[in-house]
Order: sequence, then structure tokens, then C-alpha cells
Amino acid sequence: MEVIMALMIATLVGSGVYLTLRARTFPVILGITLLSYGVNLFVFVSGRLSVNQVPVVGMSENPSDPLPQALVLTAIVIGFAMTAFLVVLALRGEGELNNDHVDGGSDGEGG
Amino acid sequence: MEHLIIAPILIPAFAGMLLLLEVRERQHLRRLTGLLATLALIPVALGLWHQAATGEIDVYQLGDWRAPFGIVLVLDRLSALMVLLTAVLALPALIYGSRGDDRRGANFHALFQMQLMGINGAFLTGDLFNLFVFFEVLLIASYGLALHGRGPARVKGGIHYVVLNLIGSALFLVALGLAYGTTGTLNMADFAVKVNELEGNSLDLARLSGLLMWVVFGLKAALFPLYFWLPATYASATAPVAALFAIMTKVGIYAIARVYGLAFSGGALAGLGRDPLWIIALVTLGLAAVGVLGARRLGEMVAYLLVMSVGTLVAGLSWSSPEALGAMLYYLIHSTLVCGGLFLLADLVARGRGELGDRLEVGPAPIGRGLLGALFFAGAIAVVGLPPLSGFVGKVALMQAVPAPVYWLLLLGGGLIALIGLSRAGSSLFWRATGDGETHSLDGPRLAATVALLATTPALAIWGEPVLEACLAVAAQWAQPSLYIDAVLGAGGSAL
Repeated sequence: MEVIMALMIATLVGSGVYLTLRARTFPVILGITLLSYGVNLFVFVSGRLSVNQVPVVGMSENPSDPLPQALVLTAIVIGFAMTAFLVVLALRGEGELNNDHVDGGSDGEGG
Repeated sequence: MEHLIIAPILIPAFAGMLLLLEVRERQHLRRLTGLLATLALIPVALGLWHQAATGEIDVYQLGDWRAPFGIVLVLDRLSALMVLLTAVLALPALIYGSRGDDRRGANFHALFQMQLMGINGAFLTGDLFNLFVFFEVLLIASYGLALHGRGPARVKGGIHYVVLNLIGSALFLVALGLAYGTTGTLNMADFAVKVNELEGNSLDLARLSGLLMWVVFGLKAALFPLYFWLPATYASATAPVAALFAIMTKVGIYAIARVYGLAFSGGALAGLGRDPLWIIALVTLGLAAVGVLGARRLGEMVAYLLVMSVGTLVAGLSWSSPEALGAMLYYLIHSTLVCGGLFLLADLVARGRGELGDRLEVGPAPIGRGLLGALFFAGAIAVVGLPPLSGFVGKVALMQAVPAPVYWLLLLGGGLIALIGLSRAGSSLFWRATGDGETHSLDGPRLAATVALLATTPALAIWGEPVLEACLAVAAQWAQPSLYIDAVLGAGGSAL
């Protein structure tokens, strides 16, 4: 379980970092989305992994930690709003600068 | 009065939401709401400072959930000082913005209030995750404000700024996950206690968490190599927004000071990241001086001067003695207000030069050449650190507190380079100007706002001793983290 989780986070963050380093805004947005998925999972497991456990003391033998769940919910909402904003900004950038390069100029290199 | 501590967050929050409801056509009503809310922050901040100056640390437990389980707001001298500084900077910036810049896009006033809410919240919170949330509040408002007024340059700078800060937020979440995973708490005071009980792998993970926080706060503070976004973003933002942003880098510096002072000034992880911070701050200082020389626009030059002040401040902070922190806080007040004033001045100059704007090329003289020239002269002297203005007092205090030859060399050398850059800018803007620019006169309130911010520098120099003493008192309290920790963790019993 821990290994699967770790590999999943690693894959998400790895692909996220790779895409974020691209030169076009679309891959960058995808990259940041993947990055935030990975990070959200990371925050989620900071309360340790447990299966089929209720986050209420007394209801199960080894209650899971409710706090990371609350934290990750906040983080998801914030990340979602930020990504939406970035999409709008990228669209406006394309409209005003007439291309989707992150530096606003065209250098002929593909994204 | 015990609820006063949350007022700096609630006032802008309510004003911001009210502004969203108000009719867009009635600009006067919106200006009035925004100005009243910002004006109200000043007596509140003064009251809080008065309260904190007694040396008592006030803890406000939200929803009466006992620390360390609930979220707390903590008012000590350091947070009171920062809230007061924010209020003093915000009012002139908003007055300036209310003279027309707020018409250039929707919801300027609402965003401005939300930005203030985020900044004040970041200064007052005593919880690491809550700090993250307030960072996001101030960031999303700042995205809107940075792009306020449209234009390709703003969009270009804006994309870099947003993407970098989103990555910064992701790193901050990783740091928080590590902090929670190892210590099981996110309350700053509780974290500072628990981090000392760790050993083995957990201690290494906590160290990693701390170092990641330095990266995130370094990005907010615009430290090398994470400052390249700043000049482009600040120079292309509208003037009142750039002036308000002068406090944003200080949020990062405050966060470093707060977390370092509590968790890493002693105990198992004492001095975490101190030496790298020292070196990075010096590199920032040196490179920003080069940036000042290379700037092609006045706004860009002021932005580099701001980065320079960040280097100066973080170097003072990483020396981590109470004397150095006190001197650094004095310099922080000075540099925030003067850089804010210079951003406004750069815009005033640009207004009279038509197409040229604030580009540092010979062109028509700006409106009110004599007056603006005198203001620029005073601002330049202050920011470079020549006597008799406050920059000199601040630099002398810093040099006395940080007796390191390399720091002295960079501080003085950087000052000299900045002086060369500023003299060149001043002579091409004011002396070598050809003919007169546009004929209409300077806008009164705009000028008053600029003068108000720049007038703080002689005031800070005249009352240098009491201000410096107050800063040293702040630093003395900072140097005793046990006071803060006891106040937060001992507050459980008292009902609010």
C-alpha cells in the first residue's frame, strides 16, 4: 500500500514537473494540475495510511486522522481556483500576445 | 478589547465583500467604502501596537477551540508592528489609486481589500496551515491586482508570477505535510516544541520540511535565485498596486523570522538553513545592485531597489542576534515606505512624459519638474542610505549589529552602485529634459499620497531613536521564543 502510494505520488509529481518546464502555457497548466494532485495525495497520507477505519475515536480500533482530510480539502479548493484563474490568464495571454509561449515571444520551438 | 486582534482581518474581509455587491457604476460609493475600511485599519493597528507594546502576548482562539487543536491568532510585538506598517502603507496607495487607476479594470477596490485581509492574516496567524491559506488569499488578490489595467506586458509578467507562485504553494503544502507527518501538529508554538522531541528519520524529515519552508518564503521574499519574477511584475503593475506590493516581499521575510525564531533558533534543529540564507541574501544584494544599474525604466529600477532591500534585510535576519533583528526591522519599515513612495513617484513622472512613460530616456520634462525632482532627490538619498535621511540611520544600525566585512562591503558598494544608477536616472529625467511636456498640472491627492509616503523618511530619521528602540524591543521579544510558546500553549484554560 505504501509503495503503491509512493509510486503514484512520484509519477504524478515527476510528470507534473516535466510538463511545467515546457515552453507553452497548455502543458504548463497540465503540469501544475498534476503537481497539485501529487501534492494533495502527499498531504493526505501525512496522517498515515489506514484502510476501512472511521475518523472518529471509539468507532474503530485504529481511527484514521481526520485533520489531513480537512487540510487536503482546503488545498484542493484553493488549487482548483488557482488553476481556473491560470487557464483564464493563459487564454488572455494568447489573445493579447498572439501566441501561447510562456515568455510571450515565438522562438519556433515546440511545446 | 480582546476581539480587536481579529479586526485587521474582518474589516477588509467585510469591506471586500460589500464592494462586490455595490453597483459598479457608482464609483464614488466604492471609493468611499474602500477608503473608510483602509482608514479604519490605522486606529485598529495603533490600538494593537499599544496593546502589544506592553510586552504581553495576546492569543485569540478562534471558535474557542483550545490551542494547539484549534486555529489561533497571536499578537506579539512583531505582528503588531507589521500590521501597523501595512495600514500606514495601504492608505496612501489607495488614495493614489482612487484618482482614476481604479477605473481601469473591474473590482480594484474589492481586490485591494482582500489583499489587505491576506497580508494582515499572514501577520497575525499562529498556525502554519492557516499561514498557507492567508498566503493564498493574498496571492489570488495580488494576481488580480497585478493584472489590473490590462496590457500585454502585464499578462506576460502575470503568467510568470502566477505559475511561480502556484509551484511555491505546492512546495509549501509538501512542507506542511512533512511537518504534520512528523510532529502531528501545525500550530507554530506546538510545532516548535514537538520538533525538539524528534529523532532519527523523523528529525531528518522535519529538517527537510524547514528547508522547504525557506524555499517558499524565499520565493515570497524574492531572494536569489527566486527574484526574477519581481521586477517584471512590479514594474508593469499599476502604481498603487506596486506600492502595496512593497509589503508583500516583507510577508516572506516576516514568515522566515517567525518560523526561524520559534522553531529553529534553538533545540535540535538550531540554525537550520542559516548559513545558506546568509549567502543567498548577500548574492541577492549584489545582483540587485547590478539590476539597478541595468534598469531601463524607473519602475524597474525601484523594483530592483526593493530586491536590494530584501537582500539587506534577510542578511540581517540570518545573523539572528536580537540587535541585528532590531536594526533590520527599522530598515524594513524604512525600505517598505520609501519604495512604496518611489513607485508612486515613478508613475507621477511617467504621466507627464506621454509615450515615453517612465523609460529612462531624455524626453519632455515631467509636469511639476522642480517638485518631482526634489521628491526624487529625497527618495534617492533615503533609499541609497546617505545622511541625513532614514536609510542612513538604518544602514548604520545594521552595520553596527552585523560586524561582517563582506556585508559592509556589499551594503556600501551596493549603495554606491544604486547611487550611480539613480543619479543617471535623475539627470536624464529631470535635468536633460527637452522642452515641456503636457501642460496640465499635477493631481493634488496623487501628489499628497506620494509626499505622505516619502515624508516618512525624514520622520523616521528625526524620531530615529524611539523607533529604533521600539524595534529593539520587538527583537528582544522575538529572541525569547518561550514567551510566545507559553502564551499560546498556556492559553487553553482562559475562556475568551
